[in-house]
Amino acid sequence: MLKIKDLKATIEGKEILSGINLEVKAGEVHAIMGPNGAGKSTLANIIAGREEYEITGGEISLEGEDITELDPEERAHRGVFLSFQYPVEIPGVSVTNFMKTAINETRKAQGKDDMSAKDMLQMIREKSEMLEIDRKFLSRSLNEGFSGGEKKRNEIFQMAMLEPKLAILDETDSGLDIDALRIVANGVNKLRNKDNATIVITHYQRLLDYIVPDFVHVLHNGRIVKSGGKELALELEKRGYDWIKEEIEA
Amino acid sequence: MSFKDHILSSFIALENEVDTNSYVHHIRNEALNDFEQLGIPQRRDEAYKYTSLKSLFNKEYVLFPKKETSISYEDIKKYLVHQIDAYRVIFIDGIYSSHLSQTTHDKFDVCLMSSALNNPKYAAVIEKYYNRLATKDGLTSLNTAFAKEGAYLHINKNIAVEKPIEIVYFSTGNEAQLMTQPRNLVVVGENSQVQVIERHQSLSDNAVLTNSVTEIYAAKKSLVDWYKIQNDDLSASLIDHTFVAQQDHSEVRMHTFSFGGKLTRNNLSFYQRGERCNSVLNGVTIIEGKQHVDHSTLVHHTAPNCESFQEYKQIFDERAVGVFNGKVLVDKIAQKINAYQQNNNILVSDTSTINAKPQLEIFADDVRCSHGCTIGQLDDEALFYMQARGIPKKEARALLMFAFANSVLESVKIPEIKSRITKLIAMKLGVEIGFDL
Repeated sequence: MLKIKDLKATIEGKEILSGINLEVKAGEVHAIMGPNGAGKSTLANIIAGREEYEITGGEISLEGEDITELDPEERAHRGVFLSFQYPVEIPGVSVTNFMKTAINETRKAQGKDDMSAKDMLQMIREKSEMLEIDRKFLSRSLNEGFSGGEKKRNEIFQMAMLEPKLAILDETDSGLDIDALRIVANGVNKLRNKDNATIVITHYQRLLDYIVPDFVHVLHNGRIVKSGGKELALELEKRGYDWIKEEIEA
Repeated sequence: MSFKDHILSSFIALENEVDTNSYVHHIRNEALNDFEQLGIPQRRDEAYKYTSLKSLFNKEYVLFPKKETSISYEDIKKYLVHQIDAYRVIFIDGIYSSHLSQTTHDKFDVCLMSSALNNPKYAAVIEKYYNRLATKDGLTSLNTAFAKEGAYLHINKNIAVEKPIEIVYFSTGNEAQLMTQPRNLVVVGENSQVQVIERHQSLSDNAVLTNSVTEIYAAKKSLVDWYKIQNDDLSASLIDHTFVAQQDHSEVRMHTFSFGGKLTRNNLSFYQRGERCNSVLNGVTIIEGKQHVDHSTLVHHTAPNCESFQEYKQIFDERAVGVFNGKVLVDKIAQKINAYQQNNNILVSDTSTINAKPQLEIFADDVRCSHGCTIGQLDDEALFYMQARGIPKKEARALLMFAFANSVLESVKIPEIKSRITKLIAMKLGVEIGFDL
């Protein structure tokens, strides 16, 4: 599904990613962990196509196609979805209309006709129920005045609506209380299938109790310095990151 | 020949056509004298500091087109809100077109100014209202000196006019350079209601300069809902002067949508003369290229317990220039008023300009006056967020701009006008999305 080869990136001349290699296959869940400033969010944003970063080397491919030079919307049309760490407030655009525009623009890019209003409403009903979202929310301006938890839940609602091939969840657990975390994780788990893949970026092991990863990677100073199974996350939870740093330096 | 000399010789031509002994012609003569003294406003005049009219007045305009031109309904249908039944007062090159218009004298008068000016039946109304509100400034006086045609709306007491009234001025381009002086008089009686749509539209790319004056009188408890749709050809310029006088408990809502035209100057003056009246001045401006739109508003509170509400949302791209000069004047007697003014601007390009100048002069001590002005750019974070959801950059930008302007659109009461404006905005932003937010 996703292949990242020796990816290097800078922002304003400062190197943030220093040669990332990662392969994510369909049906898998990968967790990326690491201390603050390791480059986790940068990696997520670069996969989604954020233009502020300069890619100085390497390649990102999705299902065999090089997407390194594509615009964010072109990546979205091919099935990349980023759940934002800080979802942006967009006053004046309702959640429903935003989703309608996003879905129909994606369908347009895929050579399909607009989704009928009936199907759209049906889908909105199903997915909002799955994430226990109050219908009143859907007519409100996107993320405007939403609490941290509401914003994150709304991100996963959008993910459910767009049914991406590759979902990247950037610190989706931050700002969630335990009940909201369970609802969000349940939503993500229900959306998992053998044809899609998920990358979970998190500081803490907590989320991984609910979204169980197949692989865990530790990012440090712009490199993946250690990979392992889900037990690695537990070890990190127990021992922190320092032992890994020591391991590298040794 | 200078513009002034040209005006004087044209006035002599006008006198061959009109009754020079009439009351109105007496007013014309006075106005011509005023114009001679005042002339065309210059950049050194504070009110025109950011808007130069030089490029407009260096041409020898034809003031009276030689021949009448007829155009068919099909040619102009798209400029009308044709989906709805409406009264229509339509002019072609400044001349009334009876076959395109639908007027009435049944319960109220929706007709043309020339008949009102010449018919003794209307003399009392004309003497009471005509040119009583318009100020003496160079361009208003120029209009008054030459005005002989326009829309005349007189709604008696206790009438809710059942359908909107559309006033449209078309220019055919039969003259290479045409200047018109439309003049509208609107008198809305006590407890009456009316909706008006006003438009100036050129049908060619020959130069057109419209110098329009409208006087609106809203009696006690009346409601006037007015829409100015400015989406003219880029060769056409408009200088509009609209004067509104309001009595107790009246409400006048003015919406100005400025998308087209080369240079547009909107002088919008409200005079609140009774208690508990409400004035609404809303505007959306979206321009690019070398377009120039200037909104100069005045709300003069001369009575207590009133409200005024101004909201202008403006978007400028390329080398477009905007001016917002919003003046609120509160007399000492006008206690307990609530005056609100908001002017938000987005500069899409580095080369676009907005000159914003709120002016509050408050002589009363127990009032609420607030004003806010913002100048910003499109939010890159929001753009990336929308793109990451599959909305292409151009559409994402359009959606953000539409959302920005939408609060003004929400106050549009005629659904067909709202959907028309929405389509004009989509066209202006070059996208095909519905915006049904």
